Amino acid sequence: MRSTPQGQRAGRRLGLLRLLGAIGASIFAILLVAGPASQAASPSPTPSPSNQTFQNNISGFLRDDTRAPLADVTVTAKKGDFTGTAKSSANGAWNIGVPEQGTYTVELDESTLPEGIKLADGQENPRDVTFSQTSNLSVIFAFGKGIVVQQQDFGQNLLNRLVAGLSFGLLLALASVGLSLIFGTTGLTNFAHGEMVTLGAVLVFGFNAMGLPFWLALILSLVGGGLFGYAQDRGLWRPLRRRGTGLVPMMIVSIGLALAVRYVIQFYFGGATQQLPYAQSPEVQIGPVSISPNNLWSLGISAVVIALIGIVLLKTRLGKATRAVADNPALAAASGIDVDAVIRLVWITGGMLASLGGILWAYYRPGVTFDMGSAILLLIFAGVTLGGLGTVFGALIGSIIVGIFVELTTVFGLAADLKYVGALFIMIVVLLFRPQGILGRRERVG
Amino acid sequence: MDFGFILSSAAGEIFSPTTAAYALAALGLAVHFGYSGLLNFGQAGFMAVGAYGFAISTLTFGVPFFVGLLIAIAASAVFALLLGIPTLRLRADYLAIVTIAAAEIVRYIVTTNQLTAVTGSANGLAAFEGSFYAMNPFPEGSYFGMNNRDFFIRVVGWALVALCCTLVWLLMRSPWGRVLKGIREDENAVRSLGKNVYAYKMQALVIGGVLGALAGMVFTLPRGAVQPANYGTELTFFLYTCLLLGGLGTVLGPVIGAMIFWVVLSLTQGILYGLIESGAVMWLNTVQAGQLRYILVGVALMLLMIFRPQGVFGNKKELAFA
Repeated sequence: MRSTPQGQRAGRRLGLLRLLGAIGASIFAILLVAGPASQAASPSPTPSPSNQTFQNNISGFLRDDTRAPLADVTVTAKKGDFTGTAKSSANGAWNIGVPEQGTYTVELDESTLPEGIKLADGQENPRDVTFSQTSNLSVIFAFGKGIVVQQQDFGQNLLNRLVAGLSFGLLLALASVGLSLIFGTTGLTNFAHGEMVTLGAVLVFGFNAMGLPFWLALILSLVGGGLFGYAQDRGLWRPLRRRGTGLVPMMIVSIGLALAVRYVIQFYFGGATQQLPYAQSPEVQIGPVSISPNNLWSLGISAVVIALIGIVLLKTRLGKATRAVADNPALAAASGIDVDAVIRLVWITGGMLASLGGILWAYYRPGVTFDMGSAILLLIFAGVTLGGLGTVFGALIGSIIVGIFVELTTVFGLAADLKYVGALFIMIVVLLFRPQGILGRRERVG
Repeated sequence: MDFGFILSSAAGEIFSPTTAAYALAALGLAVHFGYSGLLNFGQAGFMAVGAYGFAISTLTFGVPFFVGLLIAIAASAVFALLLGIPTLRLRADYLAIVTIAAAEIVRYIVTTNQLTAVTGSANGLAAFEGSFYAMNPFPEGSYFGMNNRDFFIRVVGWALVALCCTLVWLLMRSPWGRVLKGIREDENAVRSLGKNVYAYKMQALVIGGVLGALAGMVFTLPRGAVQPANYGTELTFFLYTCLLLGGLGTVLGPVIGAMIFWVVLSLTQGILYGLIESGAVMWLNTVQAGQLRYILVGVALMLLMIFRPQGVFGNKKELAFA
């Protein structure tokens, strides 16, 4: 397998070195663009300086029963000897930065409420709230007659979580379809995919903080994701494939890449949680479901994009070529398909999809952090493995199952901070009985 | 910049208890990956099981030290069995994903607020090391500039490393070890000779896992605290870096690898901090310097794997992958 002639090998090694240099240079080029952005960003969106120093937030909106915002109401959060206070702004929003996740006692100071407004019946005040994996915790206080009764309804809750889960699953699917395409065509289990997800959200934040309009930041972030995918393939994975590096060493190389990129992002972005524009949005009622407009957008965008990918894969020559390479690269090359071009395209698409997934994930959590991608990397893997490694539609179905499962477990009594455990556990159980995954071909994988 | 201080603190890392813990855990990975070809990405989980097994049995059930030790070892063996049953028949990449998932499940479970009474959730557990230091035979005083507690944990940690290295070395030159290496090279060939490949892999997984659990204990005892944040996936990746630095299919490789890893980390930190303090480097702050070191770890892992996969001491013929 490794019996290439000496001279050729030396030449390849030189080429590889050069290309490694190239990928390093391109990463740093991207960072040079992003670097000033994050520095420029830190002073500008600072509503209350004390809150920015913490990574975790407790936040919410105060609106009375006619949905008019309540300003200048004091809310406090207490845990042990920590006490944080915030006043609601003109649009009713309040946000308390807290040093660590855990259970906090949140109290709304009823004496600061405007005249004639009081908390609805059954609204606990003060009340204990607990973080569930994400760095942001929303607390809702209802006023007037309130909408409290609906909140406790099991069927209502189930439906809401189902829709939220579908939204989460589809955004996971964006990332896992890319991962699955890459695995299918190159055999690489890419541990650096989480960092590609992070990059999408970080780039939007950076470009937006540089003062670019939001839509341009979105487009540039997608382009950046695609470029990162291209640079990775061009600078690292293609030379390694040419060298005949095995799949396990490539997997470990991807871990090294993941570590390096994660800390490069933290180097420039810092450890704090930042918010993208329009991150906070009150829930709206659509038919029987209450959902935030951001989630609704996320649901729509990912559904459309995944449908497009499906159509391209099934109906076009390009899609056929991709599936052929995934099936058998040697045979595809023999029948005149440019395998390298297909793989390059897959990496670009994978990078863009991961970027998009990252942006949507930043709105779903909500918040941008340097490790937001590695936090869901295992859920992406779970989706891909559930559906069957290398099958694109399997990845889609697997991700949706994972997303819905994660959201539904909290309805059926599992603690919120254990909700990822259920999804990982179900993956292990499925592997026990159906190792090839739901849509995988029946073949020996052992 | 005080080079004397930087060098002495880097030299101090060579025999620090943390280095001993990394060496032990990486030795476990050498049994898994280097000798058996099992791609275990959940070594952090084994370490967490060992550390929490000991801490919980000491604090919640109040058992003596050696019973706690046995419980920690037994818990890691059970964890290895639970992990091995569904996954050892699967391909290497599936095994990697499942082991990393299992390690994360362990971390989520010890972090959850539901079990705060037992695990202390995100804050972790503390004050369980009393029974260990009560056995300290060294009277108070200065030993090579350390107090008797620091000296005791170093002696115990490195004695354990020496003992485990000897055991692994003896195991790997026994017939049992030769079968294991055979499985790494060609599983089907070994199976055709009538060996129970599944059982051998399971035994290797348990042995490496127990080494991981011991490492977890050596890691937590000098700290006097165990916290879930220490046992994330990055710990496993650092252990792989140590293993690859030293050499996969070797006994001393992981130990030397762990030493190199910590000395280099300490040196870069000392030099970077020195440069920042003296004002020679303006574009960095100390927090970023810490992150720069981990960027270097990632790049080092990539370059090692690409250009010298056998590590410093390894033999290229003894690689777990072609």
